[in-house]
Formats: sequence, structure tokens, C-alpha cells
Amino acid sequence: MSEKRPSLSPARFLSARRRHRSAGLVVLLFGLLAVGSAYAAFAPDNAVADNSAQSQQIEEGKKLFAVGCSSCHGLNAEGGGNGEGKMAGPSLIGVGAAAVDFQVGTGRMPAMQPGAQIPRKAPAYSQEEIEALAAYVASLAPGPSVPGSESYDVSKATDEQVTRGGELFRTNCTACHNFAGRGGALPNGKYAPSLMGVSEKHIYEAMLTGPQQMPVFSDQVMQPEDKRDIIAYLKALETQKDPGGFGLGRLGPVSEGLWGWFVGIGLLVAVAVWIGAKGVKAKGAKAK
Amino acid sequence: MSTNTEFPGPVKWVDDRLGIAKIGKKNLRKVFPDHWSFMLGEIALYSFIILILTGTFLTFWFKPSMAEVEYQGSYSLLKGLHMSEAYASTLDITFDVRGGLLMRQIHHWAAVLFIAAMMVHLLRMFFTGAFRKPRELNWLIGFGMLFLGIVEGFIGYGLPDDLLSGTGLRITNGMIQASPVVGTYMNFFIFGGEFPGDDFVSRFFIVHVLLIPGIILALVTAHLFLVVYHKHTQYAGPGRTQKNVVGYPLFPVYTAKAGGFFFVVFGITALMGALMQINPVWLYGPYNPAEVTAGAQPDWYMGWLEGSVRIFPGFESHFWGITLSWNLIIPALIVPPAFVTLVALYPFIEGWITGDKREHHLLDRPRDMPTRTGIGVAFIVFYAMLWIGGGNDLIATHFNLSLNHVTWFLRFAVILGPILGFWVARRWAISLQRADQDRLLHGLETGVIMRSPEGKYTEKHQPISTYEAYSITARDRLVPHEIGPETDENGVRAPRRALHKARAALSRFYFADAVQKPTTQELEAAHEHAHDADEIHELTEDTETYREVTSDRS
Repeated sequence: MSEKRPSLSPARFLSARRRHRSAGLVVLLFGLLAVGSAYAAFAPDNAVADNSAQSQQIEEGKKLFAVGCSSCHGLNAEGGGNGEGKMAGPSLIGVGAAAVDFQVGTGRMPAMQPGAQIPRKAPAYSQEEIEALAAYVASLAPGPSVPGSESYDVSKATDEQVTRGGELFRTNCTACHNFAGRGGALPNGKYAPSLMGVSEKHIYEAMLTGPQQMPVFSDQVMQPEDKRDIIAYLKALETQKDPGGFGLGRLGPVSEGLWGWFVGIGLLVAVAVWIGAKGVKAKGAKAK
Repeated sequence: MSTNTEFPGPVKWVDDRLGIAKIGKKNLRKVFPDHWSFMLGEIALYSFIILILTGTFLTFWFKPSMAEVEYQGSYSLLKGLHMSEAYASTLDITFDVRGGLLMRQIHHWAAVLFIAAMMVHLLRMFFTGAFRKPRELNWLIGFGMLFLGIVEGFIGYGLPDDLLSGTGLRITNGMIQASPVVGTYMNFFIFGGEFPGDDFVSRFFIVHVLLIPGIILALVTAHLFLVVYHKHTQYAGPGRTQKNVVGYPLFPVYTAKAGGFFFVVFGITALMGALMQINPVWLYGPYNPAEVTAGAQPDWYMGWLEGSVRIFPGFESHFWGITLSWNLIIPALIVPPAFVTLVALYPFIEGWITGDKREHHLLDRPRDMPTRTGIGVAFIVFYAMLWIGGGNDLIATHFNLSLNHVTWFLRFAVILGPILGFWVARRWAISLQRADQDRLLHGLETGVIMRSPEGKYTEKHQPISTYEAYSITARDRLVPHEIGPETDENGVRAPRRALHKARAALSRFYFADAVQKPTTQELEAAHEHAHDADEIHELTEDTETYREVTSDRS
């Protein structure tokens, strides 16, 4: 054995050891190295470019977050106290881009002051800034992403879909939001807001993320097409003219009663007073 | 009448057979007093006529059936949905029958006005004491119409089988079931089985279009007959006594006034029907027990019952496998009937307390009976607090309040509010009585200040007109009920002494602090005083001139 060794050529060396135990492993390692190197040679340029754009947006969002949101939600969106043991803002880890887009896009966030419920107002951030904030929050942990416009586009909804949306709306939403989406009261100063003038995307996101008092209607609970049909019904309601005249706020019998008393009985009593007064004048004129 | 030959042929023909000339001669000359507040009941009567007319129109297309159909009408947002025939036909009336929506809306607004007008009319009766003898029974008849009107309205609200009407019936169903022992049986009897079942629309329909309107019509006839029989009450004024009626004859003055007013009522109701959307059932959707909506309220006249239930805390007791829902029994089955009974029996209660057995045809002004006015205001406040409770959610959202705060406020206000209202109204009425007394005894304050030669300043008072003095003094002096001696001359104790004592105490409370109208002596004394004023009056010529000059200069 020992005399043979020096004369061993590399080919013979490999050939002699091709059935060695570790041979398969060595070949596998070589293969992986080759493929990895080849991939590194061809692919890396694009990947690096993508990363930089996204991370830039995330970075920008992180800066915006630090300025506008962190005082309540914590520097790393982990949630924060108000210094008195009460929560100022919940943790945003895992709420997803859709929640950020809804809350900031409808102006609810940044909130002006704590209260029973944060009201809707004019948004404080531009669309790019909202996207940056959303990207930052989405980068913290996976969560629902902003829906694509095809999922809430109701311009081509059929009558059948609208009717179906109406039935889903009455089953799931009217208990709080009122039959015409005009909103309603909830306990302790909270309320279900009016759905009029809310964009399709924000309605979709609200169902998806369940902001404030609202329950979450995830895609498992309510299919995306269910959500779209509900939005289609709401948009049909919003654009529908009131066939019976002034809608009186579409609030139901309370506003009808108010108008009935103030306008109806008010006018009729005024006329009665007028007719009564006429009699008194006629008394002088007649002199029978 | 047969001797009357002036009539043209056709009139004579009718007269010979019906004797209208004799009836007409008497009744066309019937005198009614003139006041705007006497026309409030007319609003109710005319609304009822409008209800019958528009309601008849609606029955031509409404299908009182719970059979399930697929909607294929022209309202696209509900197309293809399964619903009851009642709801589908309501949608058809709304969207596919010419003028249907207008008729529906006039019908509904007329219902709102019908009950509102009855209630305003009732308040007028109450505050002017028009319910006193001999009109107690007519008060009860009116009350019966108000009660039936409310039931009628609520049933009508339930007929279209939309989401709100179904929710309303579901609450009623709960209230019926809450009545101990009989609740379940009554519920099965009314709905023909489990709620909602298939029977209620057809049953309610016949009650709504035949039974209750028929009874109301009969009561209207009795009500008006009694008005004619008793003759109308009048406010105190020159020449008006308990024994006469001062006013205008039915023809031509009141035929013109009342006839014109009918068209005004019809016109305003039609305008409301044309311009203001009411009960948009297409927005509510068909009734489905699995669905509910915010803003589900009854029409206004059921609002106080809704509020009563809404603000009552949620108490329940369970024993021996039975649940007693106090949160429905008390606010729905005890408090409202008790309140309604109290108001209905008020004429008898007041009559018993005051011991007043006389006939009254001259009306009180609210200030003349401060305690009654106070009680009336307390009733109104109590009703109003429950009524507000019925819309507590809309109050909360529209005034940015917490729903819980509104509810808690009302829980206290429904008890404290009437007490406060009673006290304020009573004191207010007494103050007005005192002001009247002052005008009567001391005259009008003219604002003219005079200085006598001694340097004394006085304000000139001008006596009020005899007409006004008469109007103010036409009311009776209020004498509390006398309890009588404890024992009669034989030393026998008077029977039912405790009851009489309570009655005397109530009577004292009733009349306490009320200002009595002055006696003749008091008036004469006041007139003596006025003589002094007359002397000063001569001096005032200068004063007047002086004033005129000053006003010129400025």
C-alpha cells in the first residue's frame, strides 16, 4: 500500500476513492457551490436594487413614524403608555399595511386627543407618506396588506351582486351602521360612524382590519367578493336619490316624528291661529 | 215646513222625504264660539278623513299575505330577493303604481298628524278644564279614540313587513310574552303560533282597515254628537255666561271656516307627502328575524313606550324555572297602562278632590287652576322624558353625548323632571294670577311718573277696561272641600272619616296658594283708590304735554 501512494495520479486518486463514504457529500457541496456562485454572478444586481427602494420607503416610514406616531405607539411601534398606567396607543406589530392605510388615510390617525372614539377627519399625510408608514408597519410583522383596486372595484357590479350585498349589509352591518349606512350609537360615547363619503378602499380595509369598535371581517369570515358586494350596495345607496322627497337624514321614524311635529302640527296650528284671528276681525266688519 | 213654498222643485222633493229644512233650520244656525284652540280637534278629524281616503287607495294594491315571493319589480337594489307578498306589494305601490308612493306618504304623514292633533287637542281640553261636568264622558270617548288611533297606527306600521315593522312587532311579541302566566298563550293567540308566523299580516290587515277604523268612526260620531248636545264651551268674555254660547252660526261662518280648514289640512298633508320622505321601506329591506338595524324606532306615538323600555335597568328574576322579566313587566306592562289610566280618569279624580258638581261651560285659563296646570305639565314632562328615551341613540350621536349618560340622565329626569315641572308651572300660574289681580285692583301701569306739588312721585295707573275686568273675574272663587264636623249633633262619628280627611287634604293642596278673585268689597276699595288717581289724572294734562315736547326734542 505505501509503495503505491506516490505514484497515484489525481484521476486515479478520485477514481480510487469514488466509492468512499464521503464522496456523495463532497459532490453535493461542489454542486451547491457551483450553483450558488452562478446565481451570485447573474442575479444579485436586481435584488440589491429592489431592496434599496423598499428599505428606503421603510426607512422613510420609520422616520415619519418616529415623528408623528411614536409618542403614543412607542418608538418601535410596540405600544405605549401615557405615563399614568393607561395605554396611549396599542402595539402596531402585525396590524398590517391595510390598518395603517385606513387609519391614516381617513384622518383618524394621528389622533388629536384621546377619547371614547377617534373621529374621522381630513388626512394629515400625503398618499406617499401613508404608503411609507404602511410599509414600515408592515415590515415589523406580517399582517393584512392594502387590497388591490380590483378587489373593491364596484363599477361593474351587477344588480344581483348589489342585492346580495344589501342582504349581507343588513345581516352584518346595519345593527350598528343603520339601514342606510348613516351610523348609530354604541355604549359609552362610542359610535358606528356614517359610511357615506367613505372610499371603497377604506370600507374594504375597515372590514379587513376592524378598526376601533368594529369586529374584524377577515377573508375567511367574509369572502372578498362578499366585501365587494357590500361596497357595491353602499355605493348604490349613496348615489341613490330619495324618491319620496327630502330624505330627512335617512334616520328612521325619530326624524320623521320631529318633522311631523315641528312642520306638520306647527304649520297647522299656525293656520288655526290665523283663521281664528280672521274671525275677530270679521266681527268688527260685519256689524250685523 | 210643508207650507214653505219658496223651495225649488228638487229641494222640495228631498225635503218632503227627509225633512231637511227642519233639521237644517235648527242646526245651520247653531252657534259656535270662535277661538283658534277650538280647531285642534278639527285637525284630527280631517287627518282621519285623509287617512280613510288614502288608505282605501292603498288597499287596491296591497296584498295582506305572508306568502314568499321573489321580488321582480323596478327597485333594483332588492331585485331577486325573497320576501313576503305584503312587502313586495308595498314596494310595487311605491315604485310601480302611479301615485302610489305619494299616497303612501300622505297616508303615513296623516297618521303622524292624526295622533299628534288628538294629543294637542287633549292638552287643550286638559288645561282649560273642558273635561269637567258635563263633558267627562266625551273626554273618555276622546281618550278611547286616541288609544285606538295609536294601536291603529302601530298595526299599520307593522303591515308592510319591512325590517322596522318586523322589529317593532318582535318587541311587542316580547312584551306580550313578558306578561306572567298568560303571555305565551296570548302570543300564540295573536300570532297564530310562533312569532312571526304566516298569519299576522292578514289578521292585522283586517283589524287595520275594518275593525279599528269602524270603531273610531263610531266614536267620532258620538264625540261630535255630544259636542252638539252639550254645546261648545267658550272662554270667559263680555256677555259670555255659563248659560249662553257667543259666537257665529254654523252657516255660513263655520261651514266656510271649517271647510276651508279641511282643505288647508289636506293641502299641508299632501305637501308633506310630496316633499318629505317617510317610512322608506325600500331602505329597510324585508323583515328577517336574523337582521336588525340601528335607528329602528317606532313612529313617534310609540316612542315613549320604547323609551320606557330603553331606559329601564335590566332586572330579571328566576325561580322555579320561571323567568320574570321585570325589565319588560315594569316599563311596558305596568307603567304605561298606569299612566294612561291616570290621565283617562283625571276628570273624575279632579271632580272628587274639588267636590265640584256644577256644570261648566266657561273654560278656565291655565292660570286659573294652578295645581291642575302643574299636574298637566308634570304629565307632559314625564311623557317627554320617556319619549326622549325612545331616541336616546340619536340624541347621543347627534349631540356628541354618551349613550349611557343620556340613559342615566333620563332615569333620574323621568322622576325628578315632573316634580320640577309641576312646581315651576304651578308657581308660574300663581304669578300670572297675581299679575291679573294687580291689573284688576290697581289698573294698568302707564309708565307715566308724576310729581305732586309736595314733591311726591307716583305712577299713574289706568283702570283696565270693563271687558277685561269681566273676563278676569268670570271664574269662580275656589273653595277647598269642607270636611264637616267630626261628629253629628247626636255624637255619632261621621262615616269614612279617613277618606274625607284625605280628600280635604288633597283639596287644600289643590287650592293652596291660588289667588282668589277679589270680593265686591275689595273691588270697591280699589275703586276708591282709583278716585285718587282720577284727581291726579287732571294734573296729567301737563305731564302729557311735557312728554310730547320731550319726544319732539329728541
